[in-house]
Amino acid sequence: MMNTLAKQDRWLLIGFTLALLAGPILLKPFGAGYPDLLQKFCIFGIFAVGYNILFGLTGYLSFGHAAFLGIGSYTAVWSFKLLTMNVLPAIILSVLMTGLFGLVIGFLCLRRSGIYFSILTLAFAQMAYNLAYSVLTPITNGETGLQLVKGDPHVLDRWFGVPLVEGIPSTNFFGISMVGYSGFYFCAVMLIISFYVAMRLTRSPFGLMLKAIKSNQNRLKYTGVNTRSYALIAFVISGCYAGLAGALLAVTDPLAGADRMHWSASGEVVLMTILGGVGTLLGPVIGAGVIKYLENIFSSFNEQILNGVFGFLPDAIQHPVVKFVGLFVGEGWELTLGVLFLVLIIFVPGGLMQGLQSVQRRIFPAQPNPAAESTRGAH
Amino acid sequence: MDAIFLQLLNGLDKGSAYALIALGLTLIFGTLGVVNFAHGALFMLGGFCAVGVQMLLKLSTQVKDESIPGLEMMVDVPYLQVWFGDVGVQLISFAVPISVIVAIPLMLLVGVLMERGLIRHFYHRTHADQILVTFGLAIVLQELIKSFFGATPIPVPAPQMLTGSANIGEWLGMGAGVSYPWWRLVYFCFSMAVIAMVFAFLQFTTFGMVVRAGMRDRETVGLLGIHIERRFTIVFGIAVVVAGIAGAMYTPIVSPNYRIGMDFLVLSFVVVVVGGMGSLPGAVASGFLLGILQSFASMNEIKQLIPGIDQVIVYLVAVVILLTRPRGLLGRKGVMED
Repeated sequence: MMNTLAKQDRWLLIGFTLALLAGPILLKPFGAGYPDLLQKFCIFGIFAVGYNILFGLTGYLSFGHAAFLGIGSYTAVWSFKLLTMNVLPAIILSVLMTGLFGLVIGFLCLRRSGIYFSILTLAFAQMAYNLAYSVLTPITNGETGLQLVKGDPHVLDRWFGVPLVEGIPSTNFFGISMVGYSGFYFCAVMLIISFYVAMRLTRSPFGLMLKAIKSNQNRLKYTGVNTRSYALIAFVISGCYAGLAGALLAVTDPLAGADRMHWSASGEVVLMTILGGVGTLLGPVIGAGVIKYLENIFSSFNEQILNGVFGFLPDAIQHPVVKFVGLFVGEGWELTLGVLFLVLIIFVPGGLMQGLQSVQRRIFPAQPNPAAESTRGAH
Repeated sequence: MDAIFLQLLNGLDKGSAYALIALGLTLIFGTLGVVNFAHGALFMLGGFCAVGVQMLLKLSTQVKDESIPGLEMMVDVPYLQVWFGDVGVQLISFAVPISVIVAIPLMLLVGVLMERGLIRHFYHRTHADQILVTFGLAIVLQELIKSFFGATPIPVPAPQMLTGSANIGEWLGMGAGVSYPWWRLVYFCFSMAVIAMVFAFLQFTTFGMVVRAGMRDRETVGLLGIHIERRFTIVFGIAVVVAGIAGAMYTPIVSPNYRIGMDFLVLSFVVVVVGGMGSLPGAVASGFLLGILQSFASMNEIKQLIPGIDQVIVYLVAVVILLTRPRGLLGRKGVMED
């Protein structure tokens, strides 16, 4: 299977896999080497990679992708409640369910393009969000969020004679509990599979078609191609990715709330993709990692830690410096995000990946290599 | 009948806010071709102008409390009350109207700085880039406000003489049940006045004529030797002012916190798109239309008929309109479809 990949892609995949699996060790010095955060990196990495299949390749800016994340979570939790605590059926059902929703919503939204498409997706997502809070309470449990309770049926578990535990059971993968590092490695394997699929998709003729939609949809139509069906498939696939991410969120913490579908969650995945680099393979994963890192690590800094860090400065300078830096950490981590985002958009519109590439080119000037030239900027 | 009339009135104030924001968005889009995601943040900034003015007016000094004789107690009394007595108290309660006057030059400055400093560099970029840069700016503005004013909503009351309700029902002979808060009535009239002023400015002044010509065909206007960019900068400033004063006046209705702008922005975009990108009358009309529909959908009778309709009506209307009328209610062909 690997031989069909181009040489550099193979190395990219191998490097990505190794880096991800070594994540707990590599990220330890940055204070991010604990499974809860690493899981989030993986899950939102999947979300962003999937989003990139739609936005990065076809150029359709969806502003309602969080709806799929929410639908995936709800489906997964229902599968835990009704069928089994095994995660495999939950994931499969979630992906199927979001695929179905993606098909319907995508079919309607893709009748328009540009900002009209964005607003349509936003409208569907907001409807899902508002309904989950109000009328659909029997399914979504409203503001409390859907969670496991004692006395859930777990039909399949009973059937196969899985021993019942006292209290609320935890999710498992054929007996391996999804708590702690095993949960992380499960998410990591899912991310690697997703990444591989996205890579194959991007390099395939189908991926090329999607890129053609982005660069000039009209011209593609004149050549007799039905672009809408291609875009629809991309929409469904990226919806399934979001569903997978939502299911994994439920796997690591079996609770689904409607706030996962709020438009700001949709905005976040756009930020992740842009921050990392639109249309690149690795970019969205990096973007997701950076944002989740800021959210979890920067927000935990407080004045005490800052005073420790800047303790070497004379008191007269230390105080204003701590005050100023304090704006950007703790409660204000989103300010850092905003500023980082502004700077990137203004100076490096291609995101972190483009920044890295230009640095790389500055240090190692490219040899004239036509093969590399033709695929440059594609990963 | 009374109930329907009441719901109509209730829809007006929200509709006014939508219309004002959508008007500004459309002005910016029509002139500069930029989709301004920071517009909600500017609305919020206007709201915090009112908060700031109120804080400034309420600056207090410690004065000995003389209401209870024989007790040494200090109370906070605003300087204005110390200096002007009852007039000062009245002045403090007029924080919101005063803040509108303060907000106009302030927001104009913000708008011009924003356009010259940031947006200008994005004219040749893609729409997605413009959306993203303004979105980033909105996050920054929002977080700055949060770090200064905190995350909890800050109440800013309406002037004392306007706090009660108007008995509109009695005026129109409909029964005493129909009453409507004075401030909402003021807000509606205010927004109508602002909308009328913006339209009059574009329709009846030479400046407005040039701007309209520029919206139609920028290149030709430039060839005639008119510096159209400078005028567009001013239009941007005006749009920002409209958002700002809309926000300042809205504070007695909903206490502002740093997120109010974003909540309004999302709906305002729906409003703009339903009205038709680039159409000013469309933006205003669909603002009021959606505001009123929202208020009707929250009536109990209708909620019983179709459960949950009050939550989704705006988005549902948006979906239906966009799918049946591709360019919104009054949109032109070929706008933002690439």
